[in-house]
Amino acid sequence: MDMGSISPELLLASLMVAATPILLAALGELVVERAGVLNLGVEGMMITGAICGFAVAVNSGSPAIGFVAAAGGGAVLALLFALLTQVALANQVASGLALTLFGLGLSSLLGQGYVGIKPPPVAKLDIPLLGDIPFLGRVLFSHDLMVYLGLALVGLIWWVLKYSRAGLILRAVGENHDAAHALGYKVVRIRVMAILFGGACAGLGGAYISLIRVPQWTEGMTAGAGWIALALVVFASWKAGRVLLGAWLFGGVTVLQLNLQAAGFAIPVEYLSMSPYLITILVLVIMAGDKSRAPASLGRIFHASQ
Amino acid sequence: MTTPLLSISGLTKAYPGVVANDAVSFDIMEGEVHALLGENGAGKSTLVKMIYGLVKPDSGAMALHGAPYAPPDPHAARKAGVAMVFQHFSLFEAMSVAENVALGMEEPPRLRDLATRIKDVSETYGLPLDPGRIVGDLSAGERQRVEIIRCLLQDPRLLIMDEPTSVLTPQEVEILFQTLRKLSAEGVAILYISHKLEEIRSLCDQATILRQGQNVGTCLPRETSAREMAEMMVGSSFAAPERASRAPGEVALEITGLSVASPSAFGTALKDIHLSVQAGEILGLGGVAGNGQDELLAALSGELPSDAGAIRLNGTPIGWLGPTARRELGLLAAPEERLGHAAAPDMSLTENAFLTGAQREGLTARGFIRWTAARAFARAIIERFDVRTPGPDVAARALSGGNLQKFVIGREVLQRPRVLVVNQPTWGVDAAAAAAIRQALLDLAANGAAILCISQDLDELMEISDRFGALNEGRLSEIRPAQGLSVEEIGLMMGGAHGMEVAHV
Repeated sequence: MDMGSISPELLLASLMVAATPILLAALGELVVERAGVLNLGVEGMMITGAICGFAVAVNSGSPAIGFVAAAGGGAVLALLFALLTQVALANQVASGLALTLFGLGLSSLLGQGYVGIKPPPVAKLDIPLLGDIPFLGRVLFSHDLMVYLGLALVGLIWWVLKYSRAGLILRAVGENHDAAHALGYKVVRIRVMAILFGGACAGLGGAYISLIRVPQWTEGMTAGAGWIALALVVFASWKAGRVLLGAWLFGGVTVLQLNLQAAGFAIPVEYLSMSPYLITILVLVIMAGDKSRAPASLGRIFHASQ
Repeated sequence: MTTPLLSISGLTKAYPGVVANDAVSFDIMEGEVHALLGENGAGKSTLVKMIYGLVKPDSGAMALHGAPYAPPDPHAARKAGVAMVFQHFSLFEAMSVAENVALGMEEPPRLRDLATRIKDVSETYGLPLDPGRIVGDLSAGERQRVEIIRCLLQDPRLLIMDEPTSVLTPQEVEILFQTLRKLSAEGVAILYISHKLEEIRSLCDQATILRQGQNVGTCLPRETSAREMAEMMVGSSFAAPERASRAPGEVALEITGLSVASPSAFGTALKDIHLSVQAGEILGLGGVAGNGQDELLAALSGELPSDAGAIRLNGTPIGWLGPTARRELGLLAAPEERLGHAAAPDMSLTENAFLTGAQREGLTARGFIRWTAARAFARAIIERFDVRTPGPDVAARALSGGNLQKFVIGREVLQRPRVLVVNQPTWGVDAAAAAAIRQALLDLAANGAAILCISQDLDELMEISDRFGALNEGRLSEIRPAQGLSVEEIGLMMGGAHGMEVAHV
């Protein structure tokens, strides 16, 4: 065993990369759940985004267009969920599970011609000066644009939910949809928009895996990241800042345990593999011990009575 | 002042199976306090929802300041100067007062400025309120202030109030009325819905009476007696509750030194409660909502266990018994919250009748439900208490509030309790139905049951109770004979009972 082979600099840098897919997906789901909708189809939307982004990036040669397509793909799949739950008033849990299964199948179908192909590389931002700072430069300022987009999204969502009128209305709809309706807010329209946003974010998260993190296309390559994102939202008490913390924690332990495995650490591999899940959940459960609770209308079907 | 502020002509709205409003017409003048009267289901709510833009009329027209007025949604109504205080609060419990107010405004200022304005308005109108508090922590009376202030901040021309006083103390009602009179003097018109006819007589200039969706007449409340108005609403005369003189029997329910913590984070703990109720007696407990009423009911129904000796039924300690065991002994309870506490909303009336009646009505046989007997019991409740519903297989949720209330009270009364505890027995129930429920309670007492009636409706408590006490922050005031108590004395009992010595009756 050789602990010296683990470089903290590299570890922290790869933590940010490992955390980005679940961060993006969890942020989208956070907005959806704050609007009172429980969409369990995050995994399906992620994998659909992964293949849409991959295919379009390969064909167009531009990863940027690929990411746009990934967001679009995730949103289109989310639209299906929105139609089922907001228009046809179907059960949200069942619809979400169906969406995941559908997304996994659809992505395999779309991805048949793309196995073994390399996507166009994504340039890392070369930030002058900041990137040259020892240690910090490598950890914080040597990533691709999507990492920073994820971080910006954390701040944006936090600010919108806490301070903006749109965020207030979104939370109102999730808190008590009958009262929001009585005050004249368009509950269904607001929820559909939130669902589409959640789909787009999940799609981006999926494409980050297929275009940057891995980067290649294999069936089922999201490997449960969508479910982690879902759990993260709950354990983070529906707060954007805690989602970031949870994503970093999960990404960090994932990277660390891989490093430990490579270093031949004397713990059975199975324990190391389960450690990210255990530690993330443990920490967030402890933090969730305060008064915060789920949006009161979460998962309830809204039907304007008159 | 010749053009009415709001003129309604021929408004009609039909739902599948019922015509909620049938060609309703009337005018509201500027600065007028206009009462809208009617039984439960007479179409008052539908009418105000049309004025507020929540429901579109099938036909008919409205005019505001003489100009055509057809709000497509509440935003348009608010922009036109129409504001509404809802009967079932339209508040968001997890949010602060300021956020709740902002949600009901069209162009709210920044939250910080809004907080200042909330403070200003709440002080001007004598409705103290801290903008930073979370609504879930507020009492019912305070929640209503949030709704009222939300309306006042928009400088409304017409203020619609749907049963605003059902949760207030007499002093708070007086403050509200001062606020409303002040507004009306400023030229604001008020459309006021209430079941409390005496209030309408003292407050309103005009009254329009709806019966089965039709405008059946107007009257000047100041010159019409409450009884005449009630009869116009019902369309026939009905008997006011009569109390038979009765001699109280032995002590049926005795509470000594009951102290329990509240099960909910926002609740009030009960602190050293002493009281006793004799057979054939009604003890009325007043107090503003959130002062331990729910906890007292839970402690008596058996949902909240206490020391065995703290509660005695005919001398037997029952403090540690659960609800089913207490029911078998003859202690029944009807909680305030109809949907979700007194009744399971999505279950049928038969199933709901079974849920509390299983033991005393013998609705089970060897662990199986006797459906025929359960249905017969439900039918008996429906018939005896005039519950308006197609039949016992209807879900509890489908009944209007007043009808469901008649059902949940009737369900307990028909089980011949030895002690009955009720919380807010006539909340949101129209005059005729309320009279019927009160009469049923009086009859039950006349037949030798002991009744503990917790209510925020003081007129009701004065009408039926023999002795009166008030809850304040989980403490019980001195208990005094109800006859001869003045409103001021009652207000003092409700407002601050701390310094007084608790009566050991």
